[in-house]
Amino acid sequence: MKFKLFRFARSVGLTLLVIWTVVSLVTLLIELVPGDPATTILGETATLEQRENFNHQHGLDRPAFFVSYNSADGLKWNGIENRYVDYWTGLLHGDLGRSFRTDRPVLDMILERYPSTIKLAFASMLIAVGIAIPLGVLAGTHKNTITDNLASFVALLGISLPTFVIGPFLVYIFAVKLGWFSPTGSANPEDIILPAVTLGAALSAILTRMVRSSVIEELGEDYVRTARAKGLSERTVVYKHVLKNGLIPVVTILGLQLGVLLAGAIITEKIFSWQGLGLLLLEDGIGKRDYRLVQGCVLVISITYILANSLTDFIYRRLDPRIRLS
Amino acid sequence: MNRLTYIGIAIAATFILAALFAPLIVTHDVTAQNLAIRYAAPSAEHWFGTDALGRDVFSRVVYGARISLEVGIIVVTVSSVIGVFIGSIAGFFGGLIDRFLSGYLFNVFLAFPGLLLAIALVAFLGAGLGKLILALCVIGWVGYARVMRGQVLKVREYDFVQAARALGAGSFRILKTHILPNAIQPLIVQASLGMAGAVMSEASLSFLGLGIPPPAPSWGTMIEESRSFDILYNAPHVLLFPGLAIALTVLSFNFIGDGLREYLDPKQRKR
Repeated sequence: MKFKLFRFARSVGLTLLVIWTVVSLVTLLIELVPGDPATTILGETATLEQRENFNHQHGLDRPAFFVSYNSADGLKWNGIENRYVDYWTGLLHGDLGRSFRTDRPVLDMILERYPSTIKLAFASMLIAVGIAIPLGVLAGTHKNTITDNLASFVALLGISLPTFVIGPFLVYIFAVKLGWFSPTGSANPEDIILPAVTLGAALSAILTRMVRSSVIEELGEDYVRTARAKGLSERTVVYKHVLKNGLIPVVTILGLQLGVLLAGAIITEKIFSWQGLGLLLLEDGIGKRDYRLVQGCVLVISITYILANSLTDFIYRRLDPRIRLS
Repeated sequence: MNRLTYIGIAIAATFILAALFAPLIVTHDVTAQNLAIRYAAPSAEHWFGTDALGRDVFSRVVYGARISLEVGIIVVTVSSVIGVFIGSIAGFFGGLIDRFLSGYLFNVFLAFPGLLLAIALVAFLGAGLGKLILALCVIGWVGYARVMRGQVLKVREYDFVQAARALGAGSFRILKTHILPNAIQPLIVQASLGMAGAVMSEASLSFLGLGIPPPAPSWGTMIEESRSFDILYNAPHVLLFPGLAIALTVLSFNFIGDGLREYLDPKQRKR
């Protein structure tokens, strides 16, 4: 029990350490901007006063970190009056700063868009599982046959085709040629189908491979022989016994892929003009050089990714007693 | 090696040759515009047709191979060298160094979804070939470092390493002469899959407008330029050929990586 508690505390500690580093890196990213953000935002024609006002308003006139260096003063200690501490203080109070462009709280802008990205990620997961389980089981139960090879080939194709190739092709076939869906937007409920299929294609390919190898592995176990000897139909053996055990690694992959989906959604959202966090990052953030907004979006996506991974790890340990004991 | 690996090698070789001899292969100037023939369908004059500005799609796809493979090779080389270096140190010295590198540093880099970190870096640094390569190396090295660390941990326990140590060989010599040559094999698989990943990432960033700026014929940029409803309706070939090129390149390096993995791992070969 003590050992378990220690392990749990250690993994929580590591997660917190990683989050601290990620936040620190994101905070300091703004230092990479070549030149002065105020000139970038206000333009070359802005007066010195306008630039100073802007810098003051967004705290950019304060030193970036505890220590700073310039050739005139050398290494200088700035104390806690710095932007790094400001950002952390804001963050701990649920404040991600104000947008450089619109002056709105970044957190509000993110919260407006986040639900539609999460909706898209879950829809694509649902589609991926819906494709992968039957296809993987079919391939696994027909190992080394044409069916298996074909399923494996389709899976590899799904992994190799980038989202931005699949997306426009789906638009071409289903929106331009067949006219079943609208090519962009999220006005109608069915508009989610094309983006979800696009985003879920790679995941469904990865899952198909996993389900296939899981099924092959489990089919060789003793309990399968017992189940068959009992006279159960092959269908019951596969779907009730094999799949139940074979799905454990699939659950892990699903959890780990949630973060990948959220990040990958950036491309899908661009293709379909899906009004989610990715499009906010791309168009309002990067496109308009609103660095504060970019910081916020990158931070929120990264933290979601880290938390999803940690949670998956935890659930995985609970699901499979063998891992828990080892 | 299985048949798919050979198919992969053949496709990859075709693209590499096309990239190398691009100036001899192309039929038109890649940036020359001719609005009179915009959206021309594939023909004997323009094998893959022309795009919205009347540029020859075939020539641009061939030059695109050059950009993609150049980025891929540089990224794979630089990130594998960094990864091998850091991974070897972590695996060989163990202890606190390993705990810091593999327990902390690797986790930090794995904590960002790869593409997001690259997007963030390019967003703050600004677009351009050099910055794109830098961003992809920053996200790429950790994969190699992890593989290398695992390998070094395994190989350093072998008898011949103990023997070298007993003979008085120094750490650097043991690492360089005895461990590295015996640990490097899985890196080849990683490099092949990494090549597919780098090509895909370059195209993704260019597609997002964060990679190589137009009019350079990057495949990602070409897809981005051709996905409007108007072009899809009038001239789907503008999208088809760069799309196929990316898919085939990525597929070929994945085939090679998978094949090599199977070939190098006897357990998988038997299955």
